[in-house]
Amino acid sequence: MEYLQSLGHKGLSFFQRLGRGHILLANIVMGLHTLLPRLRLVLIQVFSVGVLSLIIILVSGLFVGMVLGLQGYNTLVDFGAEESLGVVVALSLVRELGPVVSALLFAGRAGSALTAEIGLMKATEQLSAMEMMAVDPVRRVLAPRFVAGVISMPLLAAIFSAVGVLGGYFVGVGLLGVDEGAYWSQMQSSVDLYDDIYNGVIKSIVFGIVVTWIAVFEGQDAIPTSEGVSRATTRTVVHSSLAVLGLDFVLTALMFGD
Amino acid sequence: MTTRITEIWVGLFVAGGMAALFMLAMQVSNLSTYSNEEGYDIEARFEDASGLKVRSPVTMAGVTIGRVKDIVFDDNTLQAVVIMRLDNVHNRLPDGTSASIYTAGLLGEKYVGLEPGSSANECEDMMLEAEMEGREFDPANCQSKPGYLAEGSKIQITQGSMVLEKLIGQFVSKFLTEGDGKAKDNAGDNTGGGTDNTETTKGQKG
Repeated sequence: MEYLQSLGHKGLSFFQRLGRGHILLANIVMGLHTLLPRLRLVLIQVFSVGVLSLIIILVSGLFVGMVLGLQGYNTLVDFGAEESLGVVVALSLVRELGPVVSALLFAGRAGSALTAEIGLMKATEQLSAMEMMAVDPVRRVLAPRFVAGVISMPLLAAIFSAVGVLGGYFVGVGLLGVDEGAYWSQMQSSVDLYDDIYNGVIKSIVFGIVVTWIAVFEGQDAIPTSEGVSRATTRTVVHSSLAVLGLDFVLTALMFGD
Repeated sequence: MTTRITEIWVGLFVAGGMAALFMLAMQVSNLSTYSNEEGYDIEARFEDASGLKVRSPVTMAGVTIGRVKDIVFDDNTLQAVVIMRLDNVHNRLPDGTSASIYTAGLLGEKYVGLEPGSSANECEDMMLEAEMEGREFDPANCQSKPGYLAEGSKIQITQGSMVLEKLIGQFVSKFLTEGDGKAKDNAGDNTGGGTDNTETTKGQKG
């Protein structure tokens, strides 16, 4: 009986959290228009969310591209198809690795920081203080961070893919001697602007929404103690990584499944 | 001062992201080779269009001059109707052009290859004829205008996809009949002949 009760309690609290999350998202979206005269808030958040994530994105993109070039070459050379290296590198980056890996890195680098920041604001009662001053913390604190995340994510993913393609180029053409013309021309003939690149951008926008939503919500919903904030931060990274990978499957099935 | 640096960094970040997107669009994707918004449609009927897809390239002399726009099935003739959009700049293809479906590489994707055929241009024919017979040719005698493919033209001479299984089937049946040492006369024939022969041999065996 107690097991049943604890199961019911867990289920109820799960759905309560889900509901609070959606209410928060609705509040943020409803309050977006109040952000227009205060774009500076968004700009500052783009700096802390996007620009500060640049280093990790650039370095990982470069190395992921280089590894792809190396692995792809070793596999393709058996079939005498090493000219297709550009296609392999570009398609895997643009379709999958660019959006997904940069979303995972983004969740770890920026999502956790967002949650910790907002959680600490809550723990030190800054959010309550704002409410006392009749300032809506959702509009003043959460919405700019959410928008900044949604803006930054596709840009970061595009940078990741572009740097990765260059990394694959350095390894494939520079080190392994794949023909330069074949690398680019095969890539250009196989990668489609709409099917591949636009869909990759759509993916990364969706990931950006989901990751920042989870991060902002976990921060706002954190138990206002140091332990609660640390658990909320962990949950942000875990949940948003899982959400990114799960959603990636759904989106891939929708986009490329035909 | 700090806000200034922040703003510069954000500007750099956004510009870098846009530049990356732009590079992906221009350098990685087929945008630079994709320009068939404007063009004219021609139509060709194939016995077999298997493997051909919408947006497959249409080439002449190995150069892509258009894309497949649509592939439909004609209930009356039981043929595949392939509608191709050619770039407007290539508007001087003779109307006797033939179309075939080829495979790029051994297992690559299918594409439509156009080959210039004799245009219905009687002037050129007359000119050639005159040259052969050593007469002098007067262009003024020639009334007919050169025929070019234009919007809605139909290509008459077509050659459908080669399906690997069919080829192997043909080869096998040919091989079998030759192996029996019979009907060698028909060995070079089409599949129909080949199957007929195998059937007769079977009958004789039974």
